[in-house]
Amino acid sequence: MSIIYFLIGCSVLLALVFLGAFFWAQRNGQHDDLYTPSVRILLDDDPDENDSKK
Amino acid sequence: MQPDKFYYDNKIVRNFGIATVIWGIIGMLVGLIVAIQLYKPEMNMHNQYTTFGRVRPLHTNAVIFAFVGNAIFMGIYYSLQRLMKARMFSDVLSKIHFWGWQLIIVSAVITLPLGLTTSHEYAELEWPIDILITIVWVVFGINMFGTIIKRRERHIYVAVWFYIATFVTIAVLHIVNSVEIPVSFFKSYMVFAGVQDALVQWWYGHNAVAFFLTTPYLGMMYYFLPKMANRPIYSYKLSILHFWALIFIYIWAGPHHLLYTTLPGWAQSLGVVFSVMLIAPSWGGMINGLLTLRGAWDKVRDDVTLKFMVVGLTAYGMATFEGPMLSLKQVNAIGHFTDWIIAHVHVGALGWNGFLTFAILYWLVPRIYKTELYSKKMASFHFWIGTLGILFYAIPMYWAGFTQGLMLKEFTPEGILKYPSFLETTMRILPMHVMRSVGGALYLTGVIVMAYNLYKTAVQGKLVANEAAEAMPLPKLNPEAGTERWHRRLERKPIWFLIASLIVILIGTFVELMPTLTISSNIPTIASVKPYTPLELQGRDIYIREGCVNCHSQTVRPFRSETERYGEYSKAGEFVYDHPFLWGSKRTGPDLQREGGKYGNSWHYNHLMDPRLMSPGSIMPNYDWLITQKLDTTSTAAKIRAMQKLGVPYPAGYDKIANQDLDKQAKGISADLAKDHIKVKSNKEIVAIIAYLQRLGTDIKAGKTANN
Repeated sequence: MSIIYFLIGCSVLLALVFLGAFFWAQRNGQHDDLYTPSVRILLDDDPDENDSKK
Repeated sequence: MQPDKFYYDNKIVRNFGIATVIWGIIGMLVGLIVAIQLYKPEMNMHNQYTTFGRVRPLHTNAVIFAFVGNAIFMGIYYSLQRLMKARMFSDVLSKIHFWGWQLIIVSAVITLPLGLTTSHEYAELEWPIDILITIVWVVFGINMFGTIIKRRERHIYVAVWFYIATFVTIAVLHIVNSVEIPVSFFKSYMVFAGVQDALVQWWYGHNAVAFFLTTPYLGMMYYFLPKMANRPIYSYKLSILHFWALIFIYIWAGPHHLLYTTLPGWAQSLGVVFSVMLIAPSWGGMINGLLTLRGAWDKVRDDVTLKFMVVGLTAYGMATFEGPMLSLKQVNAIGHFTDWIIAHVHVGALGWNGFLTFAILYWLVPRIYKTELYSKKMASFHFWIGTLGILFYAIPMYWAGFTQGLMLKEFTPEGILKYPSFLETTMRILPMHVMRSVGGALYLTGVIVMAYNLYKTAVQGKLVANEAAEAMPLPKLNPEAGTERWHRRLERKPIWFLIASLIVILIGTFVELMPTLTISSNIPTIASVKPYTPLELQGRDIYIREGCVNCHSQTVRPFRSETERYGEYSKAGEFVYDHPFLWGSKRTGPDLQREGGKYGNSWHYNHLMDPRLMSPGSIMPNYDWLITQKLDTTSTAAKIRAMQKLGVPYPAGYDKIANQDLDKQAKGISADLAKDHIKVKSNKEIVAIIAYLQRLGTDIKAGKTANN
């Protein structure tokens, strides 16, 4: 059952990657504002209807 | 500062959308055909290429990777651009991604009916296609991260986090589960064997559900649902919280697919604990979605896309509640191997993945074509017939699952099996299988109506291939602190670095660990368990080619109902030469692990030729082509050498003389069949598969050392 150590290793590695991503998000200020982003995505800035290229 | 002007690429979204619809129809149609074969075996059209064992993987691959896969890319390419306020990183990569993915699907459509399969569920494709998948996936990753890096919006919205998790995890899962040693261009053996292979497969299998069918769809839900309802998500905080919780917990739930097998008990329990914990983050997502609509339920009444979303989210909630329940050992003992599981996955697939995809298509297609949906009535019809389809599908399957699961466990007061014949339980549930295919047909009808509706919508509008947008460029961070700039810049790219290092570490791990792991662990723990003879090995590969594992398990669980029915329960040491393992996940027919020696060679011959000769009422298809097709013995030497590399103890130089042994054993079987007045040449495929079936599970009977 040595494979289980390998799989646990992979899983832990993945978890560490995600943990790293989490810390990055935390330090980058991704989690500072937990309300505005949810509203911001609703605002679509359509600059000019005719401006779109064909 | 002037705002940047740029254009969103809608054409790539449209292309993925078309692919979604077309492959969806094909995949579901194949599903309907295999469903009908389960009560009308003649629906295989008397043709090996369209027989259940080969086509069922085609159905699963088509709906998962072709239908859902294209839908994921459609959703990501649409939402990512808008969330990051940037066009996709590279149009060329987008194109390579699109056509590469379609090429993978087409090669699956060709190879699976030909019987070219690794037999790992949802990873059946052979090694050259595995490499292609890896390349296309990396292209997708570069395109996605490139877009994220050149974004004009500092904050990475939660949906994008779900997309990132999808990319990273699927990459690792795919590589680990595809470690195989090629025998020829179309054939490979899994590097791991038996219980280890099973663990790798279900570690992959469950996480594929998690990171292909769940996280990308949650991400899309977080973008499209607020857009459709035009109100922010109920709690952004909850979305962040349940994202991190979900990705940290999901990864170790896989062993719940292997309860009561020879996987060590502690690993099974670990899987159960993680599975039960998963309720919290899963329901976090469902609740967040449904509560977004609080105070707006009147919109649901009028808006068909929201109706699809509500039913989809509800199906997600039901499936993610049922999953942990099914992973409890007591429940699993009844549910596993039965139609209950089929019902469970289809609530998720038809309800959650299907309905979310339809909602997104109905919402998105009119937008990129700058028009209105052609017919709201048709969409509404689709919703209702689709919902009915799910009910007609799921309810009979639950019913069938409970019925068969309980029948197989029932004893008479005298203590003997009440239904000793497996076939009796199969025949009892055939009406439910008929109902199920009706449900599937209803669901498919809805999809076809949708395809027409979307086509008409596209025709009446005009595709805005490049949609203009503008946004302020991102201000540079801390321009005043010169020393901090490199640091900040590095901070903006850690995902890149992490992924690169991850790949490097993984490759290193493989090179270093694999040989040791596989060889040391292949030392048999049961002295009487011997490698397969060359003929049996060839027979086993035919067993794999025909997809027998799709209906027959090879693992006897330690229940009295199973040891009475099948024989001695399975031991881990019995599977050490099984590259790949063939335990299966569904018993449409009986378990075969102790099949060897139960019946004579002639029984197997007649049974394979026409199962109804030996078991009247059987729903197994005829395998008469095995009688006419000649066994390809040119591959024997290469196969033996590959097995030797994997640590199977054939004597040195055996590859050269293996075919002599093969001939001898085949002639013996042929002579034995001749005694029963069956004339068959010893070089036919049926002889090899009979040899394999007769070997199954007999090794531990040979010696008294059966002590694990």
